[in-house]
Amino acid sequence: MALPRSFGLGALLVVLAVLPAILPNDFYLDVAIRMAINAVVVIGLNLLIGYTGQISLGHAGFLGIGAYASAILTANYGWPSAAAMLAGAIGSGGLALLVARPILRLKGHYLAMATLGLGIIISIVLVNEVALTGGPDGMSVPNFSLFGFEIASEQAWYWVVAVLLLGTTWLALNLIDSPAGRALQAIHGSEIAARVAGIDTTAAKVRIFVLSAVLTSIMGSVTAHYLAFVTPTLSDFFHSIALVTMVVIGGMASIYGSLLGAVLLTALPQVLAGLEGGETVVFGLILIVTMIFLPRGLVPSLALRRLALRRRRA
Amino acid sequence: MSLLAVSHLTREFGGVKAVDDVSFQIEAGTIHAVIGPNGAGKTTLFNLITGVYTPSSGTMRFAGTEANHQPPERLARLGMSRTFQNLQICMNMSAIANVMVGAHLRLNHGLFAGMFHLPTLRRADRACREEAAELMRFVGVGAYIDAHASEMPYGALKRLEIARSLAAKPKLLLLDEPAAGLNDSETHEVDALIQKLPPAGVTVVLVEHDMKLVMNISDRILVLNYGRRLAEGTPREIRENPDVIAAYLGTGG
Ligand SMILES: Nc1ncnc2c1ncn2[C@@H]1O[C@H](COP(=O)(O)OP(=O)(O)OP(=O)(O)O)[C@@H](O)[C@H]1O
Ligand SMILES: [Mg+2]
Repeated sequence: MALPRSFGLGALLVVLAVLPAILPNDFYLDVAIRMAINAVVVIGLNLLIGYTGQISLGHAGFLGIGAYASAILTANYGWPSAAAMLAGAIGSGGLALLVARPILRLKGHYLAMATLGLGIIISIVLVNEVALTGGPDGMSVPNFSLFGFEIASEQAWYWVVAVLLLGTTWLALNLIDSPAGRALQAIHGSEIAARVAGIDTTAAKVRIFVLSAVLTSIMGSVTAHYLAFVTPTLSDFFHSIALVTMVVIGGMASIYGSLLGAVLLTALPQVLAGLEGGETVVFGLILIVTMIFLPRGLVPSLALRRLALRRRRA
Repeated sequence: MSLLAVSHLTREFGGVKAVDDVSFQIEAGTIHAVIGPNGAGKTTLFNLITGVYTPSSGTMRFAGTEANHQPPERLARLGMSRTFQNLQICMNMSAIANVMVGAHLRLNHGLFAGMFHLPTLRRADRACREEAAELMRFVGVGAYIDAHASEMPYGALKRLEIARSLAAKPKLLLLDEPAAGLNDSETHEVDALIQKLPPAGVTVVLVEHDMKLVMNISDRILVLNYGRRLAEGTPREIRENPDVIAAYLGTGG
């Protein structure tokens, strides 16, 4: 909110547009695509966690549902990719809607445990339904095709996820600056004040939970087609934690923070490629250090510092 | 017919009756004070009226409808709003956004309308922002229109809460100790502010410890003691009521 909306979006547009031209090869393009996919998921998750104040430690489960809906329905049943993606989104949204009311009545640790459990159950189902999912070995996924066009090349995928990211950023920035978005933030600030103002807090929490689940599911489908292969690790607990870490490090209740968090933590495993299995440890360390020194996350902390500086000068 | 009619309202907490068989009526266009010693049940009464607590027994009529066991968000739709004794400001939001939250029910708060910033929504939102700024000036916190809630001092936050509740354009506004913690000049401002409300169509129920303020601005006063109704009447009747004098002995009321 520190920057005018058109400025931030314009800057993002420029960065996304010139990036493929300056990236030396497909390896970097691949990293950029993964960053953008994560960024979209993290924006949705930040709306739930950072803005509305409702934690979810199970969102990778929805990623798994989307990915496997696309994989199974296109590979095994010959569905068109868009229809499979839609089916996954409806499945994720339906499941989210079903569990949201009982789950979102819980607060704090209880909500964390319940969403954690949800994610773990989804992950276990994907691992154990070997006949359908290929089990822990995963399964391969056909190319995404729409109206006879196939999205196969690295370049094509880059432009697809770039548009998705730009669109999601725009929608999210709009939302937080609208009555519905203020209602979400009011729930975080004071649930009782929100209710007295006429906000149906349960309904609002359910809706944002479902919305973020659907968005995550769609990105799960995108991931499956892009990688052309899915394994259940996509949906596991560690992936959920990684997503939450991106929210926290970039900054709670900050859309651009979500972008930064996704970019940094997606780059990290590449940087740490030498450290066999050490990346989870480093993730944990980064989370702890951020919580101690920048508890608001990177973008909000920097914005505050800038504000303080300007005040001092004024 | 009265705007609010409460009959035999009772709320127990583990055998203790915080509010015990309280009945009273509030006429539209008046200022009604609720007074009583600490722990008398004033805030509990507010919580019962606004649906924050459900009563153990008793009934309530508000704005012409039976309003028993309604949650706060439903009562808000009927035109009820309140402030809190312990501040309930959203510290994660800007000052003006806090006030705009109060206008929630009058705006299009659909998720998709918000995401796509429909032109009608944008126009209504801009008007709402201007109204919110106007309300902030009205309650005397115009200096904080561009501030974040977390940067505001206590006295300003108290009044920001009043601005938020007024943004709902309520029929009935319950103020729980709006002058607590304010200095003398701020108290005077709040005093003047409350008196402007009934002519503007807002009926006021006021919990306040400042007896001078209460006696000056109230049309009627309800006195609670140990959860029970001790007396109810005009300021003059209350001042001369022997039970009230006994309960308030030494406090100069
Ligand atoms: N949620 C609760 N659980 C248990 N007891 C409560 C609860 N809320 C209020 N009480 C009790 O009910 C009684 C009345 O409290 P209440 O807050 O309504 O008093 P009050 O008149 O507002 O006092 P004050 O002037 O100090 O604000 C007190 O004894 C209090 O401890
Ligand atoms: Mg009280």
